[in-house]
Amino acid sequence: MLKINDLHASVEDKAILRGINLEVKAGEVHAIMGPNGSGKSTLASVIAGKEEYEVTKGEILLDNEDIDELAAEERAHKGIFLSFQYPVEIPGVSVTNFMKTAINETRKAKGQDDMPANEMLKMIREKAELLEIDRKFLSRSLNEGFSGGEKKRNEIFQMAMLEPKLAILDETDSGLDIDALRIVANGVNKLKSKDNAVIVITHYQRLLDYIVPDFVHVLHEGRIVKSGTKELAHELEEKGYDWIKQELV
Amino acid sequence: MDLKDKLISSFMAFENTVNNETPVHDVRSEAMKSFEDKGFPSKRDEAWKYTSLNTVLKHDYSVFPKQENALEYRDIKKYFIHDIDTYKVVFVDGKYSSHLSQTTHDGIDVCLMSAALTKPKYRLMIENYFNKAATKDSLSSLNTAFSQEGAYIHIPKNKVVEKPIQIIHFSTGNESALLLQPRNLIVVDENSHVQIIERHQSLTDHPVLTNSVTEVFANKRAIVDYYKIQNDKQSASLVDHTFIKQKRESHASVHTFSFGGQLTRNNLNFYQEGERIDSTLKGVTIIGDKQHVDHNTLVHHIEPNCESHQDYKGIFADKSTGVFNGKVVVDKIAQKTNAFQANNNILLSDKASINTKPQLEIFADDVKCSHGCTIGQLDESAMFYMRSRGIPEKEAKALLMFAFSNNVLDSVKIPEIKQRITKIIANKLGVNIGFNL
Repeated sequence: MLKINDLHASVEDKAILRGINLEVKAGEVHAIMGPNGSGKSTLASVIAGKEEYEVTKGEILLDNEDIDELAAEERAHKGIFLSFQYPVEIPGVSVTNFMKTAINETRKAKGQDDMPANEMLKMIREKAELLEIDRKFLSRSLNEGFSGGEKKRNEIFQMAMLEPKLAILDETDSGLDIDALRIVANGVNKLKSKDNAVIVITHYQRLLDYIVPDFVHVLHEGRIVKSGTKELAHELEEKGYDWIKQELV
Repeated sequence: MDLKDKLISSFMAFENTVNNETPVHDVRSEAMKSFEDKGFPSKRDEAWKYTSLNTVLKHDYSVFPKQENALEYRDIKKYFIHDIDTYKVVFVDGKYSSHLSQTTHDGIDVCLMSAALTKPKYRLMIENYFNKAATKDSLSSLNTAFSQEGAYIHIPKNKVVEKPIQIIHFSTGNESALLLQPRNLIVVDENSHVQIIERHQSLTDHPVLTNSVTEVFANKRAIVDYYKIQNDKQSASLVDHTFIKQKRESHASVHTFSFGGQLTRNNLNFYQEGERIDSTLKGVTIIGDKQHVDHNTLVHHIEPNCESHQDYKGIFADKSTGVFNGKVVVDKIAQKTNAFQANNNILLSDKASINTKPQLEIFADDVKCSHGCTIGQLDESAMFYMRSRGIPEKEAKALLMFAFSNNVLDSVKIPEIKQRITKIIANKLGVNIGFNL
């Protein structure tokens, strides 16, 4: 589904990704771990199409199509979803209206008509229930005054609504207490299928107890320096990242 | 001959066409003298520092249209709020259009200024109210000198006017350049409630300059809601003066939506002449090209225990320019005043600019007065967030701008106006999204 070949990316002429190779197949969960500043969030943003990052070399293929020239919204229309580490507050736009606009714009891009209002409401209700989100919450301004946990739950709610092919969860566990973590992980697990894939970016092993990865990759200085199965995550938890760094030397 | 000289000589001709026996005659003559002394405002005047009338005044305006021009309703329907029943006072090139209007004398007066100024039965009202709120600045004086036509609205006490009243001025462009000087008088007596919608609309690309004066009197416990829709052609300019005098416990609000026109200057003055008065001044400005919109507001807190709320939002693209000058005066006896003022702006281009200037003169010591102004750009991180959810750039931008304007739109009490404004904004931004916020 996703194939990244020798990807180099920089921001303001500072190279951050220096040759990433990664293949994610449908039905798989990949975890990307690594110390602060290793390029984890950059990788997520580059895949999602953030314009500040410049791809200087290599390619990102989604279903064998190079997506480098596509705008963020076009990538979203093709099924890429990024759960933000820091979801943006948008005062004046309610969660419901935001979702309606996002869904209908995506449908428009695919040449489909708007989703009928009753169908939309039903879907919103179902998905809100899945994430244990209060109905009142849906009429509030997007992310404005939300707690850390509410913001992350809202991200996964949006993921549930948009039903992406490839979901990238960027530090979705940061700022979550154990209950919120369980709700969020449970939501993600229910959305998993053999046709979609998830990339979990995290600093800690904790989230991976709930969302169990098929593969774990360690990112260091813009390269994947080690790949393995979920046991690698446990090893990292025990030994810390210094172990990897030393191994590299 | 420059415009000032032309106006002075036109005034003599004008005097010959109107009845000189009325008390208004003296008011007009005095006003003309005041205009003669002051002349047009220039950038040397503090109140006009950021707005130059030079390019607007260079046209050779006709002061009196030579012919009567008729319009068909179906051609101009789109400028009306037409999905609800309303009273209408409609003018074409400054002349009253009876077939486009729907006036009334049934319990309330919704009719013509020209009738009120000349008919004996209105004499007392004119003596009590005409030119009693307007200031003596040069352009208001010029309007007063030529005051003749406009809307006259009188709501006697204890009346809730169910239908909004639309005051619409069309210009057909049959003159090469036209100066219009409408004069409205609105008196709302005790416990009465009225909603007014005002619009100036040019129908061709010939230059039009409108110098409008509206006096509003909100008597005891009256509620007056006024909506100004400014979405005129690039060739049209407007200098609007609205003076609102409020008596105790009255509520008055003015929403100004400025989306078009070459130069728009809104002078909006509120005078609180009683206790427990509430005044609301709100505006949304969205302009581009080389358009210019200037909001010059004054709220004068004269008595204790009153409130005022000002909230102006501006979005400026291309080489457009904006001005917000908000003055709040709190007299020494006006204790327990709550006065709020906010002016938030977004500049969409490097060449757009806004000059914002809060001016607070507070002489009382037990008051709550706040003001804040911001100038920023569209939030890039919010843009990426929305786009990553599949909302295209243009729509994402529009959504952010709607959100930015939302608390002004929110207080619009007539849903049809809100829908209309939303549609105008969507058109302006080139998007077609059915969101209502």
